[in-house]
Amino acid sequence: MKNKAYLGIDIGSISTKAVIIDDNNNILTSEYIYTNADPINAVKTLISKLKNKFDYNSYKIVSIGTTGSARKLIGKMLGATIIKNEITAHAIGTINMHPDVKTILEIGGQDSKIILIDNKVISDYAMNTLCAAGTGAFLTSQAKRLNINIDDFGLIALRSKRPIKIAARCTVFAESDLIHKAQIGYKKEDIAYGLCKSIVNNYLNNVAKGKKILTPIVFQGGVSKNIGVIKAFEEELKQEIIVDDIGHLMGAYGIAIMSKKYEDDLKFSFNINEFKFETKVSECNKCTNNCEIVNIYKNKILVDRWGNRCENGLK
Amino acid sequence: MNRKVISFPTLSDYNTPIKFILEKLTDYEVRPSKQITKDTLELGSKHSPEYACLPFKYTLGNYIESLEDGAGIILQAGGGCRFGYYYELQQQILTDLGYEFEFYSLTDNDVNGIRSIYNTFKKLNPHIKKIKYLYYLLLTFLMIYFMDKIDIYIRKNIGFEIHKGSFDRIKNSMLTKFSKTKGFIDLIKNYLYYKKRFINIPLDKPKNCIKIGIVGELYTSMQPHSTYFLERELANMNVEITRFTNVTFLLITKRFKEKYYLRKIKKYCKYTLGSDAMENIARAKILIDKGYDGIIHIKPFGCTPEIGGMKILENLCNDENMPLMFLTFDTNTSELGIKTRLEAFYDMLNMRRNNEK
Repeated sequence: MKNKAYLGIDIGSISTKAVIIDDNNNILTSEYIYTNADPINAVKTLISKLKNKFDYNSYKIVSIGTTGSARKLIGKMLGATIIKNEITAHAIGTINMHPDVKTILEIGGQDSKIILIDNKVISDYAMNTLCAAGTGAFLTSQAKRLNINIDDFGLIALRSKRPIKIAARCTVFAESDLIHKAQIGYKKEDIAYGLCKSIVNNYLNNVAKGKKILTPIVFQGGVSKNIGVIKAFEEELKQEIIVDDIGHLMGAYGIAIMSKKYEDDLKFSFNINEFKFETKVSECNKCTNNCEIVNIYKNKILVDRWGNRCENGLK
Repeated sequence: MNRKVISFPTLSDYNTPIKFILEKLTDYEVRPSKQITKDTLELGSKHSPEYACLPFKYTLGNYIESLEDGAGIILQAGGGCRFGYYYELQQQILTDLGYEFEFYSLTDNDVNGIRSIYNTFKKLNPHIKKIKYLYYLLLTFLMIYFMDKIDIYIRKNIGFEIHKGSFDRIKNSMLTKFSKTKGFIDLIKNYLYYKKRFINIPLDKPKNCIKIGIVGELYTSMQPHSTYFLERELANMNVEITRFTNVTFLLITKRFKEKYYLRKIKKYCKYTLGSDAMENIARAKILIDKGYDGIIHIKPFGCTPEIGGMKILENLCNDENMPLMFLTFDTNTSELGIKTRLEAFYDMLNMRRNNEK
């Protein structure tokens, strides 16, 4: 009899993460790769990588959960037993890791959110609605402009002694302000740390506006790998910020835990590369709404379709 | 001779009573604007100032589609906030686009009074007799009142129907019947008949289902297209929904309830905030008192009265420990983003529920 294992996959805009846990919520193995705007192939690569690391002779995958912005597509592709939004997944994962957590700050590639936890239950949350300023994508593009490798960005920022002030209200303004400061001749590290601070300010003024941030505070998402931003948060909030090594996997971990309730006799195989998945988008054209209908094909057989606003779309 | 065509922006099911009264009181051919689609909004926002709020763009799109469809007269609702001033600007934009038409505002920027509506009808049809006007006005009011009453029942139960679509089917048949109303007795008879049919729809409703109240700006509340069918989305999650804003409220009950509402939230609010912003805060208090699980506040981008009320609403909900979510709708709101937030909101309410047990 094989032991049960549960697979959680978080397909974000920038990176795709997978976690396999056992019955006691211990992480058996995990994987992290870039999505490169191709979730189907990213997941294929991810699963074949997992295959090499995972002990499938003693464990059997009994449930799959997907979350993140491509959750529906990948969920249908893998036959997931649960497809859930990333806000809930992150909260569940973090509560399991840090049972006393009160605030989760999360900054990802395209969005940022704050989740408030009261007694192991989400009590409030917010997600950025205005713009992409203060997300990973913005930071990456500005690092490129400064010719800094994003992995070294935090270290360089920490060297700063006099961080510059950057208008943080909006990406466009922040960027032109940054160029202006660079052209005056400010040091790179000062600009880098200025950027970190602007991200934190933008986050606190937009996403976290009106929310009470109580300790313990856990900081997650791709941007939490940037020690410059961590330091800026600590300076601004005057509190200790907890960042764990698996912060970037928390969504996948959370959805894996949630999937445990939806155990099923799965025909899941690690040899997903044998299948060819394809998305074809067609316009409905039956009324002026022109809904985009997403059709998912597995080996050229239609498995699922969605995107219709009315019944006509599926006919 | 071809009759002139009169048109008005579509407002979900209210098309039926508006069309009814216009047909009875004027000699024009009544053609409500087409159902809203993506094209309507694109057309509307193309010709709108960028910072006008969403109803401006939707209705402008409606007008253009109606005019293209042959309408010669257009009727606008008028209203309490800057929507009341949109009339002149929209008229100018449409004239600049080269359309020839007559443009009327139903309530003519006056308080939504019976007299100002009468004056508008007088312009549309100078031969109208006061008694005939009053008769049909009352009949239409009653029709709207019945529709709103039924809608309240539908919102509470549509998420739990056993056969998908049963509510919609009966409602469509009711609206068709209502549009052919012959008089008061006929209307009341039909109402009672359909009320029974609605109550007899088989439901699978657990006793303590999740209950969500929707408060917010009136256009987004009443025009499901503008919120990507928010209520339907919630119903699909098996949620009981309450929403206060409807035409009955706007035309009749609003003026009587103002003092009651203000008393309800005297700790938070001393004056009205324009449009329905103060009312929405009071409604939130009512929902809290009734033990609802969560409140969703909706508004179009740039809605000034509601923005003024939001902070107060937030304070109230913080004090009462009530989950509250703000949703703002604009021309380029991502539908997936809304769905993600709604789903997370529902999960959160569910978790809180399970935790209380």
